[in-house]
Amino acid sequence: MKGLADIYATLFRTEAAVQLQYRAALVIWLIGLVVQPVVYLVVWLTVAKAQGGQVGGFASGDLAAYYIALMVINHLTFTWIMFEFEYRVRSGSFSPLLLQPLHPIHTDITVNIAYKVLTSVITLPAALLLAWLFEPRFNLHPWSLAALVPALLLAFALRFLVEWCLALSAFWTTRVGALNQFYFAALLFLSGRMAPLELMPGWVQTLAALLPFRWMLAFPVELAMGRLNPEQTAQGLAVQGLWVGASLGLMALVWRRGLRQYGAVGA
Amino acid sequence: MNAAVEVQQLHKTYEVPVREGGVKAALKSLVRRQVRTVEAVKSIDFAVAPGEVIGFLGPNGAGKTTTLKMLSGLLHPTGGQVRVLGFEPFARQRVFLRQITLVMGNRNQLVWDIPVVDSFERNRAIYRLGRQEFRDTLDELVSLLDLGELLQKPVRNLSLGERMKCEVAAALLHRPGILFLDEPTIGLDVTMQRRIRAFIAEYNRRYHATVLLTSHYMADVEALCRRVVIIHHGQLLFNGELADLVQRFSPHKTIVVDLDREEQDLTAYGEVVGREGARVTLRVPKADTARVTARLLSEVPVVDLTVEDPQIEDVIEQVFSQDAA
Repeated sequence: MKGLADIYATLFRTEAAVQLQYRAALVIWLIGLVVQPVVYLVVWLTVAKAQGGQVGGFASGDLAAYYIALMVINHLTFTWIMFEFEYRVRSGSFSPLLLQPLHPIHTDITVNIAYKVLTSVITLPAALLLAWLFEPRFNLHPWSLAALVPALLLAFALRFLVEWCLALSAFWTTRVGALNQFYFAALLFLSGRMAPLELMPGWVQTLAALLPFRWMLAFPVELAMGRLNPEQTAQGLAVQGLWVGASLGLMALVWRRGLRQYGAVGA
Repeated sequence: MNAAVEVQQLHKTYEVPVREGGVKAALKSLVRRQVRTVEAVKSIDFAVAPGEVIGFLGPNGAGKTTTLKMLSGLLHPTGGQVRVLGFEPFARQRVFLRQITLVMGNRNQLVWDIPVVDSFERNRAIYRLGRQEFRDTLDELVSLLDLGELLQKPVRNLSLGERMKCEVAAALLHRPGILFLDEPTIGLDVTMQRRIRAFIAEYNRRYHATVLLTSHYMADVEALCRRVVIIHHGQLLFNGELADLVQRFSPHKTIVVDLDREEQDLTAYGEVVGREGARVTLRVPKADTARVTARLLSEVPVVDLTVEDPQIEDVIEQVFSQDAA
């Protein structure tokens, strides 16, 4: 455990140094991350205004709270590993990672955390600025804040593991781009990233809850707004835990099969 | 003593999609995907003793790199047995991975954007090396490979030769007992090649490390390996001492004759393979060497005459061409 902590600390330091080399790219990524929820928010606020201040039970303060929480939580839980995997497998740059006595997922986790820590310098002030501009209405309790910590960690783990599993399909196809597009389209609609799930048709809500998508984003966002009661929160955490367990099992399976398939091309 | 590396009937096949060029063929392949099975390695056997340095030779595409990848656990063999230090490589146990290294001359393992020393520091953590142990090894590698100036430079600012030295150092920080070196001197100038070569020899001597080396530079092989394994089209052609290779595969000797005048024709004595002023190089069947030498000395005005074994490069070329024929 001590060894793993040292690995994480060391990889974190070097990854942060690598990412600081590309400050401009870092900022451009961030702008995209902030702009998207703001656009959705403005659209919904306009709709709400046209309908007399409310849309499907969401007042303008609720909508503002939803999209600000969404921006921060999406930032904390998103991954981009699927884009990297295809390159790794096609170019053979995966081989050095496989020769190390460390599962490559650890490196990927530290890269992700290093990025999140560095960019939080901008996302958190951006969230405060948006809060000042749009006057969100949060209905927080101490218990919901406490529950938010595991909910965020589980959401991060779930997105990370599911996307790592999908990325592993690069072992078979070496072209995971199409699968990525399909996944991200589903994520956009079913995770609540485009609009609160409550505003979606009933069947979409059911589908989102049956699949892992609701538990990746919408659940922690609703919890952060204070829209869930203790019972719903406990249920949500349990479902998240189940999905994380299932995706861990799936990952181990796909990983073993994928390694047999790995051609180590070009390297 | 148990072998450090033991390979029995090792076999690897790949499935490669086959398609003719053009749009029509592309559309056809959507409906019916055709694959061809390529046998990269066909049932090879060999063993390497602890502390031995062996050269793994063969033309491009012979199956050398595929074999090294199977020995290091990167590729799953299709059939046969592999044992490295008693481990099955593909199980990729940490205790196994900590004892081996694979250096590929055309690959970059160091992190491109940060100083070399930071990449080394990553390896320290990943291989869980004690700080003192790490510092001692690093000092040793820095002095052996003359890395002092390079440690603080970002990897992207290094020349190819400098980077290769750092790659080799990074690969050895955990003091592996087995080194798989795939073309470690590729693209380097002669001085740097010599340096890396001397370093490998020294590392082998100090740590009694086992080394499997592939190289297209025969100078590497001659300097480092007593024994060579030659594979071609995935099959083992030769496994033995370098000196025996020449004996066995070259049915010729080279006779270099210095004449007292230039215009002498020696084609009647053997195959003229070189002529430089009054110096003529002849290739003659090994069995005829003594007879031809005697004839030359009695019939031709010879100033000097030497009989040599052919160059290793020529012998190996001959091995490959014999196999192809």
